[in-house]
Amino acid sequence: MSQLSNIIISIIFDGLAYAMILFIISVGLSVTMGLMGFVNLAHGVFAMAGGYFVTSLMSVAGVPFIPALLIGAVGVAVVSLPFERFLYAPLYKAGELDQVLLCIGLVFMASASFTYVFGPDPVPIKVPDGLRGQVDLGFRSFPAYRLFMVAVGLSMAAGIWYGFEKTLIGARVRAAVDNRMMAQSVGIDVDRLFRFTFALGSGLAALGGGLAVDILGLSPSFAIQYLVLFLIVVAVGGLGTIKGTFVAALVLGVIDNGGKYLWPEGGAFFIYAVTIVILLLKPTGLYGRHG
Amino acid sequence: MTPDTKARGYFARRSRLKWWEGLPWVLAVAAFFVLPDYMAFGTQVLITIIFALSLDLVVGFAGVVTLGHAAYFGVGAYTTGMVSAHLGWTEPISALLLAGFVAAIVGFISGAVLLRYHGLTLLMLTLATAICLQEFANVNEDVTGGFDGLTGVGFEPLLGLFEYDLWGHTYYWYSMAVLFLVFVVVRIMVNSPFGMSLIGIRENSARMDAIGTPVYRRLVTVYGVSAGIAGLAGGLFAESNAYVTLDVLSFARSGTILIILILGGVGRLYGAFAGAVAYLVLEDELAKMSPEFWEFGVGLLLVLTVMFARGGLLGIFDRLRKLFDRAAP
Repeated sequence: MSQLSNIIISIIFDGLAYAMILFIISVGLSVTMGLMGFVNLAHGVFAMAGGYFVTSLMSVAGVPFIPALLIGAVGVAVVSLPFERFLYAPLYKAGELDQVLLCIGLVFMASASFTYVFGPDPVPIKVPDGLRGQVDLGFRSFPAYRLFMVAVGLSMAAGIWYGFEKTLIGARVRAAVDNRMMAQSVGIDVDRLFRFTFALGSGLAALGGGLAVDILGLSPSFAIQYLVLFLIVVAVGGLGTIKGTFVAALVLGVIDNGGKYLWPEGGAFFIYAVTIVILLLKPTGLYGRHG
Repeated sequence: MTPDTKARGYFARRSRLKWWEGLPWVLAVAAFFVLPDYMAFGTQVLITIIFALSLDLVVGFAGVVTLGHAAYFGVGAYTTGMVSAHLGWTEPISALLLAGFVAAIVGFISGAVLLRYHGLTLLMLTLATAICLQEFANVNEDVTGGFDGLTGVGFEPLLGLFEYDLWGHTYYWYSMAVLFLVFVVVRIMVNSPFGMSLIGIRENSARMDAIGTPVYRRLVTVYGVSAGIAGLAGGLFAESNAYVTLDVLSFARSGTILIILILGGVGRLYGAFAGAVAYLVLEDELAKMSPEFWEFGVGLLLVLTVMFARGGLLGIFDRLRKLFDRAAP
């Protein structure tokens, strides 16, 4: 196989693995923002919490990687509920400014607390032996962990798509995103529905955060560093659409990864330039219907 | 009384000076004599106040939330820095005016595009624009100095008389003069019919549109003026520090100035003063002791402000005064 096509495949494949992290973390944010219109800049905190949950479970309690991921996701989902109830709920009707500031405040507090507890240095993670090294797929070999990421990401996407499109709860969520008032007046308990999706979204973020440690690294600045990225995925995809978030994560993940690979000094230029162009042309995002 | 004289009377009352409005200036002058060793820090406080004032015009009066105001601060800083380092344009006052002018142009042009959007889209666009500019400056390192910063920035004595000094004395007075002029312009602006129309747009832009206000044009105008003032702050920053780094365009700077304005009190002009002094003094004291403690404290303050004290520091004063008025009739 030629050198060039090898490089292209590598870029796309790594971008794909990166995109899956973006998707898993952002999808909950997209649905909750679509439901309540809350600009949640603090969503990355739940991903960061997931990462620390997983690494602590593994290093302190000796829990294996996969169970630790699941426990972390459930744990963060439960912990997120009081946050929604006491901090977010009072601001659903407030303006964006208040919401943004509350979230920046939460991110600062989280970052300081995590630094205090876990120290400022990046935390390493030891992925199981089975996920290390390379896997030969016949025409060439790929890093096993990234292959695992892509598999998890695709199955999560399929699962979420099924839940969203084919189940009763999914239908209710879609109804509430489309028109909250109308959904409420036909008897859907939107507040309860929202708490449920909020917890689910936080749990997914935690899962993504746990999976991301090996690729993006984990330090108390995680939430600040990636705060903008998750929001961009949601804005570009369109609020409250699973498909939009998935496509946006793919586009931005592959472009960001490719840009950094081909033009390292340019850094994050591409991803923001693409974001600006897409939002100028489609203000409600690729698949969004209302702003 | 005709409606016209009634309106005139209203605007005259609105713009009348209150006794306490002299207070910040008295304090600023007093600070020079009481704390002469802290004037380099004082200069940064004054510059931050100018920057926060420019943001107050957009966020507080027109109600447009932006996460990218550092873009204009940075354009101003780089303009002043680059004309000094590359063109030998080292006359400080004209270099500063140029910074304001260039930032205002960039503000008008970007505003004309950005302000067609609303809500989350606008938030993301302002943010992405500022970060794009930062990356742009990073890539063009032969002109901007890139990651290492722009060096070789230096200026002639002010008015040919006052030399730049290490204690920041000259630039303290210079910055105060700029702040005063900016403040006078902003105060006249927000108390004018133009300012009233901005408040109307903030409260209900659809209704303002319905009664015939050219909403979009007003927003672009105030955005451009605000960008120009932010550019002046950036230019002063470059002159007083004699260097410029990428940090002037950073998201952190956009976020911090928003935090400062909120803590001080948004949409009330003097919030910029209260917020900048409180924030920078606390940061200077606490961050030295423990950065985590400071970070946590700012976060907590923000959360508490948003949940319980929407008016910021000045809002708390207002409420105390009302309580006091009621208690002692």
